Amino acid sequence: MKTALALLAALWLGALSSAALAKDAPPLAADPLTEKRMLAITAELRCLVCQNQSIADSNADLANDFRREIRHLIEEGRSDNEIMEFMVARYGDFVRYRPPVKGTTLLLWAGPGVLLLIGLTVLVRYLRRRNEAISDAALTPEELKAAEKLLGASRRNDKPQ
Amino acid sequence: MNKFLWPLVGFIALVILLGVGLNLNPRDVPSPLVGKPAANFSLPVLGADRKFGPEDMKGKVWLLNVWASWCVSCRQEHPILVELNSKGIVPVVGLNYKEVRGDGVTDMAKTDAATEDFLARKRAAKWLTDHGDPYQLSVLDLDGRVGIDYGVYGVPETYIIDKAGVIRMKHTGPVSPDDLTKKILPLVAELNK
Repeated sequence: MKTALALLAALWLGALSSAALAKDAPPLAADPLTEKRMLAITAELRCLVCQNQSIADSNADLANDFRREIRHLIEEGRSDNEIMEFMVARYGDFVRYRPPVKGTTLLLWAGPGVLLLIGLTVLVRYLRRRNEAISDAALTPEELKAAEKLLGASRRNDKPQ
Repeated sequence: MNKFLWPLVGFIALVILLGVGLNLNPRDVPSPLVGKPAANFSLPVLGADRKFGPEDMKGKVWLLNVWASWCVSCRQEHPILVELNSKGIVPVVGLNYKEVRGDGVTDMAKTDAATEDFLARKRAAKWLTDHGDPYQLSVLDLDGRVGIDYGVYGVPETYIIDKAGVIRMKHTGPVSPDDLTKKILPLVAELNK
């Protein structure tokens, strides 16, 4: 019983100290709806410091600034589209995980499809050529004779003794 | 052509593609702000009790250089800016970016606005005394709000702004002597014509 109590006390102290050590959570918007919209928007935006993370996921200082800024814009009554435009006007299409289809992003959108098409064409051509090569191969009379001889030999061997 | 040569050709093409990809700088994101008017702001001037805005530079070609005392690569470009300033070719305005809250050390929950302003002025002024001051003046962007308007995402960054107040070039990362002589100065000379 004593040890159990001591353990509990240790756990409680541990929880206390880790709570004290934890860094303060970044400020949230007062309105949960604002926070939800902010998260939805930032999930679509690339963090420019850690480029493979969205702003919603990133702990970078800059991502914090963006979240604060977007909360402000939402509170000002701007629409999601207006906020997206605000970010693109400053940081370019690169901040969007789904950039619009246009001249500069065409290769990005069409590239994988084009590569797949090239791959498929090469594969189909290769397979066709191989089929033709197989059907063309007719046996000469000598080859036929040699084959029959071998087959005959194997049949004799197969007979049960 | 020999059928064994095709895989080799494909392989070489792939190596070239990947080689080019590896040598691109992923941080060099083209700024959509080039060709657009520089965003207006009014920020406190370091070492003075007044404000400065881009409109004060109307009619001049000038550089806006984003810096902070905690920024390590700013040290790399700083001597180049000091030398540029000594030649008096083009005025450079410093945008001190998040001097206190960007340092990654100061606990902002325990720092009020007055303290932040005081600390920022102290640190920035000391840094310029230690390393030389290449700026016509520096303004303090404590919360990085103006930085967002300029699309700042890494310090240092340098903007060339023309006589009409339009951004003509953005350079991300430290300015090398090559960047200065091959990119920045020729553009400044052209804009000054």
